[in-house]
Amino acid sequence: MSNHDNGRPETGAFFPRDRSWHPPALSPGYKTSVLRSPRKALLSLDGTISEITGPVFGHSMLGELDNDLIRNFAKPGESAIGERIIVHGRVLDERGRPVAGALVEFWQANAGGRYRHKKESYLAPLDPNFGGCGRTITDENGYYYFRTIKPGPYPWPNGVNDWRPAHIHFSVFGHGFAQRLITQMYFEGDPMIWKCPIVGTIPDRRAIEQLIAALDWGNTVPMDARAYKFDIVLRGRRSTFFENRPEGN
Amino acid sequence: MVQDLGYLKETASQTAGPYVHIGLTPNFCGISGIYETDLGSSMVNDRTLGQRITVTGRVIDGAGMPLKDALVEIWQADAAGLYHSPSETRGSADPNFAGWGRCPTSAEDGVFVFETVKPGRVPFRDGRLMAPHITFWIVARGINIGLHTRMYFPDEAAANGEDPLLAKIEHRDRVETLVAAGESPVYVFDIHLQGEKETVFLDI
Repeated sequence: MSNHDNGRPETGAFFPRDRSWHPPALSPGYKTSVLRSPRKALLSLDGTISEITGPVFGHSMLGELDNDLIRNFAKPGESAIGERIIVHGRVLDERGRPVAGALVEFWQANAGGRYRHKKESYLAPLDPNFGGCGRTITDENGYYYFRTIKPGPYPWPNGVNDWRPAHIHFSVFGHGFAQRLITQMYFEGDPMIWKCPIVGTIPDRRAIEQLIAALDWGNTVPMDARAYKFDIVLRGRRSTFFENRPEGN
Repeated sequence: MVQDLGYLKETASQTAGPYVHIGLTPNFCGISGIYETDLGSSMVNDRTLGQRITVTGRVIDGAGMPLKDALVEIWQADAAGLYHSPSETRGSADPNFAGWGRCPTSAEDGVFVFETVKPGRVPFRDGRLMAPHITFWIVARGINIGLHTRMYFPDEAAANGEDPLLAKIEHRDRVETLVAAGESPVYVFDIHLQGEKETVFLDI
């Protein structure tokens, strides 16, 4: 297990988060952030045991169709409508090491850009065979994969004519609660990425490009599904070179 | 030129959006049949050790309105002060308590509720004991990167008084934003995203 560093438990604190790489809390182009953004400075804290530890999820909790959004809400013998795709990749940390046993959860709109939610008001139709959520857990090399349909773009109330590019939401756990991350994956070649106010909350173009999954021709399944590759990087952990602290701190 | 250290950049955060409940608590928002239960909806069972407590509260925006589309996760030690994690090297935590919970804020009044146990004390990096606390993580539409904070207990004044994290808060009148109201066994922890009562959020 890479829960351990050369067999030792991972007890190092995480690298400080590069806050200039992430979107700032207050980003007025995304209007909802205005009243939901903390305005005072965050209190910085080198990770204690409350942050370097985190919950563990076992593969046994997964159902057979948890990573197949084409079928996990569909009636028997039917499947969701849309462009069939496989999304796969690795969960790594900032040191490039695979993060094994990471719970990855994902949710998305259907092929027409409609979510299955009572607050959703877009006029595009629901797909009776598409629920819109799935999950998986990375293997010992940090790999994950799932099957779904490509979500559609959709309009949303922000500016008068703002649209979201096609995207899949991701929630990821690492080995420490301080690694907790939610993000969104976009699709290679989509011109709408660069018009989106939510994408635009990210100040650095390179950070945006890191959210764009590449069409992975090598892993495309002939006559079945195209593949997109999306690697996710969680915070790295400092090495514990010398254990000069009391046991377990 | 020097050798390349080879570090990668952390994937940038994006908002959880208005439909985070579809992904993380689908049964809660009416999508049934995919998962048997919503993950993190139950933290204790009959054999869990420790004092049962209820932690409830709201996430409140800068206009004083509770968020009805937020998602809150908590992470805590067991009653003996041990985390259920491979990085816990001081002993083995209660096998009947994972220490992690997840709760959507309700569509009616924005309230979250966790049924859990009171955590024991755990050490700070230098070995001093921290006061009992629960780590919170909040995501929602309009929140661009998940917010970390901590809840402390109102009936632990002595322990809170020597807590190394609380001691780092320069503006002392803000310490109370991390201390729940209520009394055992029901604690109320309202989280204020901004304004005069803005909760102290952590860069951890």
